[in-house]
Amino acid sequence: MGFLTQTFNGLVGGSFYALLALGLAVIFGMLRVVNFAHGAFYMLGAFGAYVLLAEAGISFWWALLAVPVVLGLLGILLERTLIRRLSALDPLYNFLLTFGLTLMLQDVVKSRYGSQSNPYGAPAGLRGTVDLGLFDFPAYRVFVFGVAVLLCVGVWWLLTRTRVGTVVRAATERPELTRALGIDVGRWIAPVFGFGVALAALAGVLAAPMRAVNPLMGADLIIGVFAVVVIGGLGSVFGSVAAGFGIGLLQAWSEAYGPGLLAQTLIFLVMALVLLFRPAGLFGREELPT
Amino acid sequence: MTSLLLQRVRTPRWAGWLLLAAGALLALWLPNGLYPAVAVDMLCWALFAVAIDLLLGYGGLLSFGHAAFWGTSAYTAGLIAAHLGVPFPVAVLGGALAAAALAAPIGYLAVKRSGIYFAMVTLAFAQLVYFVANGWSSVTGGENGLQSVPRELFGLDLSDPYYFYYAALPMAALGLLLAWRIVHSPFGRVLVAIRDNPARARALGYPAHRYKLLAFVLSAFVAGLGGGLFAVAHGFVSLDVVHWTTSGKGVVLVVLGGIGTLWGGVVGAALVVNLEDQLSQAGFTLIGLVTGGIFVLVVLLFRRGLWGSAVALLRRYSRL
Repeated sequence: MGFLTQTFNGLVGGSFYALLALGLAVIFGMLRVVNFAHGAFYMLGAFGAYVLLAEAGISFWWALLAVPVVLGLLGILLERTLIRRLSALDPLYNFLLTFGLTLMLQDVVKSRYGSQSNPYGAPAGLRGTVDLGLFDFPAYRVFVFGVAVLLCVGVWWLLTRTRVGTVVRAATERPELTRALGIDVGRWIAPVFGFGVALAALAGVLAAPMRAVNPLMGADLIIGVFAVVVIGGLGSVFGSVAAGFGIGLLQAWSEAYGPGLLAQTLIFLVMALVLLFRPAGLFGREELPT
Repeated sequence: MTSLLLQRVRTPRWAGWLLLAAGALLALWLPNGLYPAVAVDMLCWALFAVAIDLLLGYGGLLSFGHAAFWGTSAYTAGLIAAHLGVPFPVAVLGGALAAAALAAPIGYLAVKRSGIYFAMVTLAFAQLVYFVANGWSSVTGGENGLQSVPRELFGLDLSDPYYFYYAALPMAALGLLLAWRIVHSPFGRVLVAIRDNPARARALGYPAHRYKLLAFVLSAFVAGLGGGLFAVAHGFVSLDVVHWTTSGKGVVLVVLGGIGTLWGGVVGAALVVNLEDQLSQAGFTLIGLVTGGIFVLVVLLFRRGLWGSAVALLRRYSRL
């Protein structure tokens, strides 16, 4: 396969990193919570699409719409009932809580659908390839990349050009000051969490036709996403997205031209380098002294 | 950021000795109920939990990647035992040293970050170790694992897990004593000071990063003692030893027992290992549901953990 094809593959792979890192970063900015269950919601998104098709005959397109909404609402519920209780404590408690939830969700899905991978075909209309001028590429992958870019730009627009975004950014940078200015920050916490979860679920639906739908797909991915946000700087939404696409590219190239082990471990090696030379992340700022 | 992770629980000095006595009593009781193999597992996981708490409870650093050290030691101890024919404690010690050696570079990079980042970074490095163990199958056996690890001890027959428990108990006790010694040494006090107020500790002239790194390496060594013992006890090493679920299991033992109590991890290990054994005998395979449920419940309702709550209760009534 040509270099350009590999590059495009990298961008598609990076789309998933970017979408998950984006949701993780938005949630972290607003709540100071690292949501371990982010991978589990991605997995649930993929299973949602699979179950809707297999048991109700509902097509990919409706799943793409409905699954993120439903899981986003579930995220809001989760924030309201559990995560909020721990918000005054060390953020590690919410990390542990969401880790526990991840193990539970995984096992619930496993008990119902087993741990084997379930097939999910690409939607009609996106099968086959498209001619991108220089090379042919699977149409579905072009679609995934397009959606990811659109979403990243959309979130950027939300954060910088709307009132909600302004509130979220202000609350991210100076929560006390924002409250002092009379803005009800607490009102936005649950919706932001739900939005981040919906992004993960959407990435999961997008992944269903491309990747194996199985209970462990989220956990394996989320650890890589953690490395991505350490590389990009978790405080920086732009950094997380950029690192996501960047890592996707490096992984595709190393898969094509390097030994197999390198592609698997590359993400962690890059993280080691970043920690060595720029501990706060490529686009991150130094942590405030604790 | 305020660190509310640790409500101070001061464990009485005699508590550790009580625990050792409990270990010995457990041994006496072994023929009557508990499977000896399960008791050996408890010892291994107790070492693992205490190692994680050494770092979390006293250094304020949550390692979510200790499977890297548990597993590295398991593989190393397994290879030493299988190829060199040395007594098993030597193999276990070799494994623990290998774990400590691996912890040096990982710790050097990880202690550059603190809090939640530290957890993510250690988790990521452990995943790196997992992929290497999976890919390097000529040494580790890959997905087939490392088979037939012998239990050699001066020609004694340790094939019966009942006898092996007695052979393993002193090793585990030494590991636990080492952890106790570290925590109650001047080094341990400085570690706590850095945890509580890094800026002040640095101002007093303590190189915080170097202290954290040493704590990380020591913790990996203790975790390695557990992992090496685990390999010898089971006679084989599977890829599970380096999987992230193993790291998570270690953390749940600490959280259940009580963060910052050191001995709480032993209690957590005894309970969880026993529970898992009972469940698997009953044919219940969804261990993640149980482990995850313990995480959720303890974190929401019971943050002091079992040991921490017991000590707090004891103190309250002794004051009355």
